[in-house]
Amino acid sequence: MEDRPATTVEQPAGPKETGDAAPAGLGELKMKATDVNLWYGDKQALYDVNLDIFGQSVTSLIGPSGCGKSTFIRCLNRMNDVIDICRVQGDIRLDGEDIYAPDVDPVQLRARVGMVFQKPNPFPKSIYENVAYAPRLHGLCASKADMDEVVETSLIKAGLWEEVKDRLDQPGTGLSGGQQQRLCIARAISVNPEVLLMDEPCSALDPIATATIETLIDELKENLCIAIVTHSMQQAARVSQRTAFFHLGKLVEVNDTSTIFTNPSDQRTQDYVTGRFG
Amino acid sequence: MEQQNEHIVRSYEEELALLNNKIAKMGGLAEKVLGQSFDALDRRDPDLAASTIGEDEEIDQLQREIEEQAVVMIARRQPMAYDLRQIMAALRISADLERIGDLGKNIAKRAVAVVTEQQPKQLMLGLKHMGELSLNQLKEVLDAFIERDAERALNVWYKDEEIDAMYNSLFRELLTYMMEDPRNIGLCTHLLFGAKNIERVGDHATNIAETVYYLVHGRPITDQRPKGDTTSSTAYTSLRSTSF
Repeated sequence: MEDRPATTVEQPAGPKETGDAAPAGLGELKMKATDVNLWYGDKQALYDVNLDIFGQSVTSLIGPSGCGKSTFIRCLNRMNDVIDICRVQGDIRLDGEDIYAPDVDPVQLRARVGMVFQKPNPFPKSIYENVAYAPRLHGLCASKADMDEVVETSLIKAGLWEEVKDRLDQPGTGLSGGQQQRLCIARAISVNPEVLLMDEPCSALDPIATATIETLIDELKENLCIAIVTHSMQQAARVSQRTAFFHLGKLVEVNDTSTIFTNPSDQRTQDYVTGRFG
Repeated sequence: MEQQNEHIVRSYEEELALLNNKIAKMGGLAEKVLGQSFDALDRRDPDLAASTIGEDEEIDQLQREIEEQAVVMIARRQPMAYDLRQIMAALRISADLERIGDLGKNIAKRAVAVVTEQQPKQLMLGLKHMGELSLNQLKEVLDAFIERDAERALNVWYKDEEIDAMYNSLFRELLTYMMEDPRNIGLCTHLLFGAKNIERVGDHATNIAETVYYLVHGRPITDQRPKGDTTSSTAYTSLRSTSF
């Protein structure tokens, strides 16, 4: 395979994204990670990761287990802060602002950069309260009417409203797995985040529930920047516009999704996406 | 990336190998049908022509098998990257080979039709030469496929111009011959179609070359191919310059 003058050719310190211009079809540069290194205690988990994430699009992070993709995504809203032995080095910016700057409140940051996890984890509260929790915490709603509206809008956006509008006072944990996951998405988007991080959001769901979430991702990306970690390459191929391949803590290759799945530049990417790893 | 590692799932590896073998087999058959049809025409051998016509069926059968296997593999394996390109290449190449088989069959049929006619040596020599060239192109491009050699495929791609040029001159010759004596029109028309078929074989070989290039590099050939076939405009001008 010959070299191509793209962002995909690996340099000694991993691929560098050049400039802030968005590739065709994507929104503006939303988050920029530069030379990110991360350690859990003595063990280094990420090596010089450079990745740009663009708005109005979905970026998927793929790679074998333990490659650092989840670790990386958790850096983007400082979820790793809660792990004592975790040390992050490098520069991560949201709209040009350093999210690790001393004056940044991680709680405020996480309102802008929301997250959905692998296992649906609704609070042991009513469906209504699950969605109302964050707007209340952040003081976004002045009145009950405001709150009702936020809850309804969020549930509509998450494609769950029709199914739950008559039982908002029922516990969120009583919903099906797919519904619970959509409830978690409604909860995440209730505070109007700019970025939504999804860590294997469909791994615990059946194909129909997965399809519903994927449709949702497609709709949400119109107003949101989405980064999704997934073990399903087919899912990455279906939902994302850009795909980043991680291996052994390094970002091996990032390019538009169609290129990664039809003509990847790096042999390791090729081996991984074709099921030849070894 | 020519050197591929093995799949984790061995049956996947075996299926891909089977697909490649079928293409190779189909290519061999297409070469055979084409070569025999030229011989039948050249030697005016109706028996060889008849058996050649029958052999095309085997090519068609192989194409159906390849198509079916490719569709099933896409559904069951969800191939990616190089694997996906291999399967797409198998689909495309088998379609081209099937057409080449048909063209060979058609030449064989014409060989039967003109078997009793007096054939002008000069014309036959030109046709034979053109046939050899197309056969060589087919052989080269099949080797390029088996060896995953994009450079070799590219050479085939460029060389198609020669067949086009020969077709041009044959076309003119046949036209002249028909004008000289209307009794030649029957034979010449058959030979003209034969020449056109050979020219089409060359085009299919070029298609395969493009597919091989895509298979190896993951992108199409971007060069402009030199076009040698100008007969579509020749017909008009040469007829116009003739006074009836």
